[in-house]
Amino acid sequence: MDLTRLSAAQLAEKIHSREVSAVEAAQAHLDRIAEVDGTVHAFLHVATEAALASAALVDAGLDAGAPPASPLAGVPLALKDVFTTADMPTTCGSKILEGWRPPYDATVTSRLRAAGITILGKTNMDEFAMGSSTEHSAYGPTRNPWDTGRIPGGSGGGSAAVLAAFEAPLAIGTDTGGSIRQPAAMTGTVGVKPTYGGVSRYGLVACASSLDQGGPCTRTVLDAALLHEVIAGHDPLDSTSIDAPVPAVVEAARAGAAGDLGGVRVGVVRELGGEGYQPGVERAYRAAVERLEKLGAEVVEVSCPHFQYGLAAYYLILPSEVSSNLARFDAMRYGLRVDAGASAEEVMALTREAGFGPEVKRRIILGTYALSSGYYDAYYGQAQKVRTLISRDFAAAFEQADVLVSPTAPTTAFRIGDKVDDPLAMYLNDLATIPTNLAGTAAMSVPCGLAEEDGLPVGLQIMAPALGEAQMYRVGAAYEAARDADDDLPLIQRVPTLEVSR
Amino acid sequence: MSAPTLVDFAEVVERFDPVLGLEVHVELSTNSKMFCGCPTDFGAEPNTQVCPVCLGLPGSLPVVNRAAVESAMRIGLALNCTIAPWGRFARKNYFYPDMPKNFQTSQYDEPIAVNGWLDVPLDDGSTVRVEIERAHMEEDTGKSLHVGGATGRIHGAEYSLLDYNRAGVPLIEIVTKMIPGTRERAPEVARAYVTALRDLLRALDVSDVRMDQGSLRCDVNLSLSPRDSGVLGTRSETKNVNSLRSVERAVRYEMTRQAGVLLAGEKVVQETRHFDEATGTTRAGRRKETSEDYRYFPEPDLVPIAPPAEWVEELRTTLPELPWARRARVKAEWGLSDPELRDLVNAGALDLIAETVAAGAPPADARSWWVSYLAQQANVRGVELVGLPITPAQVARVIELVASGELTNKLARQVVDGVLDGEGSPDEVVERRGLKVVSDEGALVAAVDEALAAQPDIAAKIRGGKVAAAGAIVGAVMKATKGQADAKRVRELVIERCS
Repeated sequence: MDLTRLSAAQLAEKIHSREVSAVEAAQAHLDRIAEVDGTVHAFLHVATEAALASAALVDAGLDAGAPPASPLAGVPLALKDVFTTADMPTTCGSKILEGWRPPYDATVTSRLRAAGITILGKTNMDEFAMGSSTEHSAYGPTRNPWDTGRIPGGSGGGSAAVLAAFEAPLAIGTDTGGSIRQPAAMTGTVGVKPTYGGVSRYGLVACASSLDQGGPCTRTVLDAALLHEVIAGHDPLDSTSIDAPVPAVVEAARAGAAGDLGGVRVGVVRELGGEGYQPGVERAYRAAVERLEKLGAEVVEVSCPHFQYGLAAYYLILPSEVSSNLARFDAMRYGLRVDAGASAEEVMALTREAGFGPEVKRRIILGTYALSSGYYDAYYGQAQKVRTLISRDFAAAFEQADVLVSPTAPTTAFRIGDKVDDPLAMYLNDLATIPTNLAGTAAMSVPCGLAEEDGLPVGLQIMAPALGEAQMYRVGAAYEAARDADDDLPLIQRVPTLEVSR
Repeated sequence: MSAPTLVDFAEVVERFDPVLGLEVHVELSTNSKMFCGCPTDFGAEPNTQVCPVCLGLPGSLPVVNRAAVESAMRIGLALNCTIAPWGRFARKNYFYPDMPKNFQTSQYDEPIAVNGWLDVPLDDGSTVRVEIERAHMEEDTGKSLHVGGATGRIHGAEYSLLDYNRAGVPLIEIVTKMIPGTRERAPEVARAYVTALRDLLRALDVSDVRMDQGSLRCDVNLSLSPRDSGVLGTRSETKNVNSLRSVERAVRYEMTRQAGVLLAGEKVVQETRHFDEATGTTRAGRRKETSEDYRYFPEPDLVPIAPPAEWVEELRTTLPELPWARRARVKAEWGLSDPELRDLVNAGALDLIAETVAAGAPPADARSWWVSYLAQQANVRGVELVGLPITPAQVARVIELVASGELTNKLARQVVDGVLDGEGSPDEVVERRGLKVVSDEGALVAAVDEALAAQPDIAAKIRGGKVAAAGAIVGAVMKATKGQADAKRVRELVIERCS
């Protein structure tokens, strides 16, 4: 039995029934990482000893007859390198934080530990979560396990690639404009962006504070729901954290898997699709909508006319917040320090020049400009108005439908190097995912087949109102079950065999 | 740069109208910082009162201190301001090594309190109303210590040391509207305003208001208009004004300096100036026209502050007695004349006396202690009365010990000395120094008998009816008991034993 091919739920069951030990599960994944990560480069740090020690603790507890700390106790996970970890470096994919060891754990990190989940290590990402391909990591790109000449999406390419490469059954990502969902679409995996405020941001190194949200990355909808319930919930250390019960997403996912979507209204967003979308993506998406209809859902078309301004508004709000959030990297207290300057200001400037990559610098400059006196109203102010209009579009659409659907990304995974010099082309990949971040609502990406022209995975995006995750998981799980029932082999198991380094 | 030409003060006033503006920063005395749980104690070892939040470590997030918001609202209410029903924090972006995030979380266009006033008492008994524009919340920065170089400032320093203990301490900035029409009294009004504000903040118990420790800091804005023209001049902003006296001197100096500039046909430069305590002058600092663009925007890591109306009303109705109300009351209760009251106020004694009375002491005793012995001690130690390390409650306790006969006045002064020297509370000092009046009758009788036996001739005189001779025996007993006996009782005992 290959433990790395199981879902997290299946693996947890074997661990909790003592058929398999948590240490064996961790070791199997560590072995797999040793085999394939030279090719995939999904990890920036592998914490072999800490992972085995944590798994051994879970085993000791279970052996002593204690109940598992959570339904996922003993299951290995890969953590995006943007969450602080007191026992591992945290680099955010940037040279400016190379070797930094935070003195504290992020709330998400603590909750994972408390749940008995084995943290295998930290995953690669676009620098400070800015990018859609993971090519903007200062430590080199991650490769898509479906085709190692292609990108795995971004910014959380590492957290998606570990799943498709069977290096871990669970991962945590962050989604500022699509950084969980777009990589999920590119790699044939499941990615969830929870409602803003649903998962604590304490210890999540900020890209754009008003948009960032941590969430689960998995191979199945049920696994995502199980992980969602571990990490979500109110945190007094995050003022923007929602003080309300976590939606019952596990229950919803289990109910959805039974396959009945009777009484569920699914809204097809007119503005997300058609021109600019790859034909194979469009076809796979249309087939998915038909499948939802067959499951009993009532499909209606909805219009969100302001979504077309989403990208422009996003690229004003995000850089503005970035320009302020990243000001703290100044060599005075931690991280890289280029000490050649004669004054503190020169040291700051030289360090930031050497420590930040081109995409980060581009956005800092954009944001600094957008917030400048005299330009604020025209840029940041207008963008906030667009944000309100997009929220209203969502509110109106959710009057007509329980969930909305669209393709997650307009294309399948592109080739490494194709768009790295064309920021606008790169930004367009997040066209369909950005509105959800601007509105603070929830969305997920579920694989919906392979595009005919290139055989690469396509993602179905399911969007829900704030705290409406239960309905979203129900629809996602129902779709997933129906999709797999029609195929001889679950989609994710069709990933080509990776070249193994021994 | 040549020395500025100063114009005689009387001539300044004849030719120009000064327009004042005062910005006061108050460090709140909350237990914890503005956005994290770190303590705010003054004088701790550098970088011992810090955490990921106030160090601005990547990933950390702020959470607003409710107590600080409450203090801000109480200050606003006491200054007759409107409390904003909804407001956000903003980020003020600029790079400086003592600012951990390279932005300061502050309130920008949505301050918590706006449009108030403060009636400021002047020395002659009149008052001037100072309009308050706003009071807003923000966090303090860390402290830089620039080592080497001539100026003690960052330019020219060999290296700098950073202490982040102060980073994130809650600050309230109170900004006045322009104060016109003060003429020759501008320096006095400035000083009186800061004094009144300090007294108010002390009564609210929201801050230590120690200018010497930086918990109350004042920036003085001043411009001159040609007399009766109504045309506003260009203002300078003077920082580093660290005492009440300096507030007055800074205003006076800037008036004479700016007049010199204007009378020479030049323009006053809009700039930040630094007050020099030693010379009583100001020198140019950063030029405002080249100052940074702070790129303010609403702080996305915090939710808006929206105090419910009931909370605001509760705070309004539970404001303590404010200093001027208290003054009016004690004046009536203690039967003071205007000059007597003013002397007490000027000596900074009135509130202390009132608090001592509130702690249970008779007004006459309380007044006597603060204006005589304690005033002397403050003088000797070179501090203001309020800066003496003794509380009104402790003074009241000393007065109580005297009244109950447990201390003589002489012993009481020793007890006060002990408290001032940091030996503890009055009771602890009595205990440690063994200062209690000897009230053990057995011991006293033995001491009296011993003294009588030692001076048989005097004992005989007393027995013979010469009661006046008892003084010598009383003296001997007082000496033997190191002054800790009640002399009156000793005298009674001497006569008793001789009859």
